[in-house]
Amino acid sequence: MSHDQHFRVWRGDSDKGELVDYPVLVNEGEVVLDIIHRLQQTEAQDLAVRWNCKAGKCGSCSVEINGKPRLACMTRMSTFDEDEVITVTPLRTFPVIRDLVTDVSFNYTKAREVPSFAPPEGVAPGEYRMAQVDVERSQEFRKCIECYLCQNTCHVVRDHEENKENFAGPRYLMRIAELDMHPLDAADRKEAAQEEHGLGYCNITKCCTEVCPEHIKITDNALIPLKERVVDRKYDPLVWLGNKIGIGRKSAKS
Amino acid sequence: MTDPIESPAVEAEAAAAEIERHDYDVVVIGAGGAGLRAAIEARLLGKRVAIISKSLFGKAHTVMAEGGCAASMGNVNPNDNWMVHYRDTMRGGKFLNNWRMAELHAKEAPDRVWELETYGALFDRTKDGKISQRNFGGHTYPRLAHVGDRTGLEMIRTLQQKVVSLQQDDFKATGDYESHIRVFHETTVTELFKTDGRIAGCFAYYRSTGKFVRFDAPAVVLATGGVGKSYQVTSNSWEYTGDGHALALRAGATLINMEFLQFHPTGMVWPPSVKGILVTESVRGDGGVLRNSEGKRFMFDYIPDVFKEQYATTEEEGDRWYTDADNNRRPPELLPRDEVARAINSEVKAGRGSPHGGVFLDIASRLSAEEIQKRLPSMYHQFKELADVDITKEPMEVGPTCHYVMGGVEVDPDTAMSLVPGLFAAGEVAGGMHGSNRLGGNSLSDLLVFGRRSGAGAAAYVDALVDVRPAVAEADVDEAVKRALLPFSSATEGGENPFVVQLELQKTMNDLVGIIRKADEMEQALKALQDLAVRTRTVTVEGHREFNPGWHLALDLRNMLLVSLCVAKAALERQESRGGHTRDDFPVMDADWRHVLLVLSALGEDNVELVRQEQVPMRPELLDLFELDELKKYYTGEEIGGHRADQGLDKGAKA
Amino acid sequence: MSSTTDASAGRAQIAARTLRTDRWWLPPLTTFVAFVAWVAYATVRSFLQRDYFVAEYNYLTPFYSPCVSVGCVPEASHFGQFLPDVWWLPYAAVSLPFLLLFRLTCYYYRKAYYRAFWLSPPACAVAEPHAKYTGETRFPLLMQNLHRYFFYIATAIALINTYDAILAFVKADGSFGLGLGNIILIVNVVFLWAYSLSCHSCRSIIGGRLNHFSKHPMRYKAWGFVSRLNTRHATFAWITLGTLAFTDFYIMAVSAGWISDLRIVG
Repeated sequence: MSHDQHFRVWRGDSDKGELVDYPVLVNEGEVVLDIIHRLQQTEAQDLAVRWNCKAGKCGSCSVEINGKPRLACMTRMSTFDEDEVITVTPLRTFPVIRDLVTDVSFNYTKAREVPSFAPPEGVAPGEYRMAQVDVERSQEFRKCIECYLCQNTCHVVRDHEENKENFAGPRYLMRIAELDMHPLDAADRKEAAQEEHGLGYCNITKCCTEVCPEHIKITDNALIPLKERVVDRKYDPLVWLGNKIGIGRKSAKS
Repeated sequence: MTDPIESPAVEAEAAAAEIERHDYDVVVIGAGGAGLRAAIEARLLGKRVAIISKSLFGKAHTVMAEGGCAASMGNVNPNDNWMVHYRDTMRGGKFLNNWRMAELHAKEAPDRVWELETYGALFDRTKDGKISQRNFGGHTYPRLAHVGDRTGLEMIRTLQQKVVSLQQDDFKATGDYESHIRVFHETTVTELFKTDGRIAGCFAYYRSTGKFVRFDAPAVVLATGGVGKSYQVTSNSWEYTGDGHALALRAGATLINMEFLQFHPTGMVWPPSVKGILVTESVRGDGGVLRNSEGKRFMFDYIPDVFKEQYATTEEEGDRWYTDADNNRRPPELLPRDEVARAINSEVKAGRGSPHGGVFLDIASRLSAEEIQKRLPSMYHQFKELADVDITKEPMEVGPTCHYVMGGVEVDPDTAMSLVPGLFAAGEVAGGMHGSNRLGGNSLSDLLVFGRRSGAGAAAYVDALVDVRPAVAEADVDEAVKRALLPFSSATEGGENPFVVQLELQKTMNDLVGIIRKADEMEQALKALQDLAVRTRTVTVEGHREFNPGWHLALDLRNMLLVSLCVAKAALERQESRGGHTRDDFPVMDADWRHVLLVLSALGEDNVELVRQEQVPMRPELLDLFELDELKKYYTGEEIGGHRADQGLDKGAKA
Repeated sequence: MSSTTDASAGRAQIAARTLRTDRWWLPPLTTFVAFVAWVAYATVRSFLQRDYFVAEYNYLTPFYSPCVSVGCVPEASHFGQFLPDVWWLPYAAVSLPFLLLFRLTCYYYRKAYYRAFWLSPPACAVAEPHAKYTGETRFPLLMQNLHRYFFYIATAIALINTYDAILAFVKADGSFGLGLGNIILIVNVVFLWAYSLSCHSCRSIIGGRLNHFSKHPMRYKAWGFVSRLNTRHATFAWITLGTLAFTDFYIMAVSAGWISDLRIVG
């Protein structure tokens, strides 16, 4: 029921670091985070790892396990062979603070750049009426636990530090999609999605969707529909012509 | 990286020199539902607010809340109103609740929920486009606003996004996002500062760098949540180390109702690494039933007399209730949590448990696979991914898990201020609202109602400060630095690993002050805690101050110890069984204990003092909301002398 | 070197491009090989200008539909003949470029070739080899936004393919006929429709752009239908590559007399 497994954990800070080998006990039913905790309790008391709920609901324990961005609390040890070497490293897109903990402030900065929900004018609290079918799409995106695995995996910033300034990342482009599809949001977000938040950087290679622990269809349901909405606004010759000769759409939202 | 420490005094001096300092009007400790709502309110009232959070912004324990937020909006059943909600809350708490808090809560909850929609929340909808409401244990009508089974996530995200929205407003006005609200995340508060008996600020460290930071502020709102991490089997995360409870005690405030801990009846029991993780009550609200190893729906055998009239006595009637709630009584699986938790405990003890020591919770045979995935998506994933169990095909194994502390800081119901001027508390860290047992769904609404009230209370307190603000005494800062660095110092050389002490503390509380309590075991626990107190003071840690989990735990440990002492002491004192407090040696509820509050205050760092205090009697018109027959089950004869029925008034005359 | 392995921004210094231990290179490699093979076949066939029509059974390969060159067999030209017959102009030169563009700008194919051909990225969490990346923010990749117009044209072409497939039930002598070729043509057309209708642009146009489904129940239904198809868009993209090539090859084989059509009726 128990066995020893070979773990390699990245230890270090922004100056230097290395993969350190640990043989460690694994019991039946455990997840990677349990093993990290066992290391803390035994030979590496000061091993830094960020975690919280341990139930896949808070999105704190994002790391890379054998090179794949995962939640440590949702990666069962039974998915590995007993003689497999398991390498645990910090998220590679963000600056490392120490060991497995990274500085994710990039995400908070981007969150702040997305204009918030714009309440409809003249609708008092308690008077909001929305049909279930109209809120369902945005509800899917609100399942996001902000683990930032998508932000970490997206090659636009993972492989190109310089793009961080102009690209909000899948999580926040999805936030824009969520608000744009909100049945009562009063703002129009299509222009800004393309011009300010870098939707055009996305080449829909779908890694965000692949790593999403909430199984949100980020690319198919948020990013591509948002791209199409931008096309509606910016690249549709009929709309362009209409605007030129003064027959604008009667409303931004239908 | 810091060098190995020569002497704590030298280190303290060096550390004091580099202490970052901030001035705010209001400091909110905790970034869960209550803390964020408090911060929003204080900011809306023009105050400069700091939010201090132990984890990242948006990760607070509120995300774990699944079922919903109770508010008598009457969207699904128009018969619902605040009075019904009030009655349910008092009943659930076995009439030990602070009735004024329960009243405010029931009256204000709907407005607080509707307000969230203006912040952008997207609740599930009814057919006519209103907020949908679901059934839950102890609630007479469908009352819980919800989003699938991730309501807590929706709430934290909504409040987080509202904070961001206010920051965007501030940015437009001042050019600085953080001019009025700043979030200090991954920052832990270790001390509150008082000057002349009033709050002057607090002391904290950044978890990532280990650097110290002080906040000078006349008002502090505690919104730190609960104490569950003192138990081995708990649904609570590492953050729930009773920080607010302990900070309040050390600052001279009092705690009440600490003997009442809610053990949620349905936590996961297997695999071991996830033992305790919550299985939402919605599973039962949506039709899930509890069975023992013989396949029997045993809850029918555990309906207590006080609830006989409200619950179905046959499976047929219970099943009919899901589709026709007006003409049938609800199934006993939906009894208040304490009743269900005790029943499961008894079944397991009687040898009728499941293979891993729980009972079976069966939704697979009650709903279609599609329906289950739609209504309980995160439960489906939780079991699939953590236990490799497909809940659409097989039953879950569940057992009680430490979930919520009803006890907390004694506060003024209207302003949420504690006995210490300038110190406020809201949410789980505040005591009184839920009496001896909290109803599911009343927590999220509690966060909103009293989060807002504490923010408003703090703002009003700051406004009323006519003289200058209390200044933090430098000696207090030095003292705080020294205490924080103690685990690194030579004074604790040869001390234990904090993880070892923590495990022992958790085991002690779990085994000796758990769901069923006995006097001798609790005495044993108190002895063990005395010993653990010494060991807690001398735990030692290795390494440096940057993101060092051992050090963090060493500092949290003293809070865990202090609240554990409170729980054990109060539990030993209360010689009856009521709500979240079950005594094997005093198995019945005793009306003479109903009006007694056990009040705890600190004696130094690791000892507490307990005194009894009379509960303030309920306002007559609130008492009149109940039938005399019901009150008689809880109250002593002389207490209900003023009831309308005793004065010959009939029900119609009150309204 | 990309930022992933570069420590300049304070990132953890890990030299490896990826620490993935699975065979992450297999899917892009498979895509690469399959696409190259298919494009090679399709190019050769488009310029071959023979063996595209079985006169007896009225089978016209989709690679030559609509056959509008003056070089076309008259019976195969259902829409007139107006293109000059030169070797460098495929007989279906009015449709092929648009079909190519429809697929080139398709959200699925974009993912596939960005990964397999441009290695941007080759696989998730595997560093890409490029020093700079601007994605679809500027010309020419900005043109990917024109996908919906190619969708409109592709729909028209799918109608023509459908017309061809139905017409193939009428033999040269005017009587009804049914052979294996008919079944292949029909299956191909069905999948072409599945691929076209499952298109992300189609999904947006048909209803996705609306914010109030509740006010447009018919479009909501249509959106639901397209959304369900859309989850299999990648599958249809691959299946249609297969059915197109196979249909064409079968008709070529029958037309060239390598095999004879398996007849069921007539």
